[in-house]
Amino acid sequence: MKTSLEQFDKAFENRIRLQIMSVLLANEHYDFNSLKDLLELTDGNLASHIKALEKEEYVKVTKTFIGKKPNTQYSISEKGRKAFIQHLEALENLINQQRI
Amino acid sequence: MEEKDIHSELASIRSLMERSSKFLSLSGLSGVLAGIYALIGAFIGYRIVHAKYTNLIVTDSYPGNSQIYHQLIWIAAIILILSVLTGILLSIRQAKKQGEKYWNPVSRRLISSMAFPLFSGGLFILVLLFREEYELIISASLIFYGLSLISASQYTFSDVKWLGICQIILGLMATLIPASGLLFWVIGFGLLHIIYGTLMHFKYNR
Repeated sequence: MKTSLEQFDKAFENRIRLQIMSVLLANEHYDFNSLKDLLELTDGNLASHIKALEKEEYVKVTKTFIGKKPNTQYSISEKGRKAFIQHLEALENLINQQRI
Repeated sequence: MEEKDIHSELASIRSLMERSSKFLSLSGLSGVLAGIYALIGAFIGYRIVHAKYTNLIVTDSYPGNSQIYHQLIWIAAIILILSVLTGILLSIRQAKKQGEKYWNPVSRRLISSMAFPLFSGGLFILVLLFREEYELIISASLIFYGLSLISASQYTFSDVKWLGICQIILGLMATLIPASGLLFWVIGFGLLHIIYGTLMHFKYNR
């Protein structure tokens, strides 16, 4: 069981980060405010988790303006996609191992 | 990590992936109402035609009588507006009931994916009207509506795709069989909407 635990990505230990990655995997891109509403988080909370994912280069950021309002779009990077899928596989493996 | 925790984690991932990419508050009830509006409209239209041509049953062309066409088109336009309004209002209500935001990236994508085929169809029908080629209007409305449903089905319940395919088949049949327009219109916009709306209501909205 130890082997599969090592496959777990530290960046995904937090549930909110896992949720952010799930949304970005299912969608080409998602903006900050919609993500905030969907996950029912505060500005600061979401920003800090996204910053952590950005630091790992799992998430790409595109900043534009709609009129005068800033519009920040997030999308998953290739590295992030690979890491997240690997993490999901590790979770599944763990379940399968426990069943035996 | 406990097995229970992993299961709940995977479940939350799955649910988020679905909720963030599909609009799941589409109201089934609004489909039923749209079907009822269509049936009422078809009945009124039938009476208007029947009053002018008492011995005539149903056909797609009433030569030299553009007044009838204009009345029928007004009825169709009113049904369309009422149906769209009902769909929007009831879906907003459904979203609120489920505690979801109704104006989000998915609902925007849903609307824009429907809008392209629908507006292309609308313009096509306007051109047919200006050229006074009335025979294809019903087929065109069914086919373009079906296409817009198929396109929308990516962003909501995938069952919507089947409704779209049925509408396209009806539209093609209406083109193939002369003077059958009203019948297929009643089946497509009336009966199918009522059947589909009822199924959706019991499957998802309760």
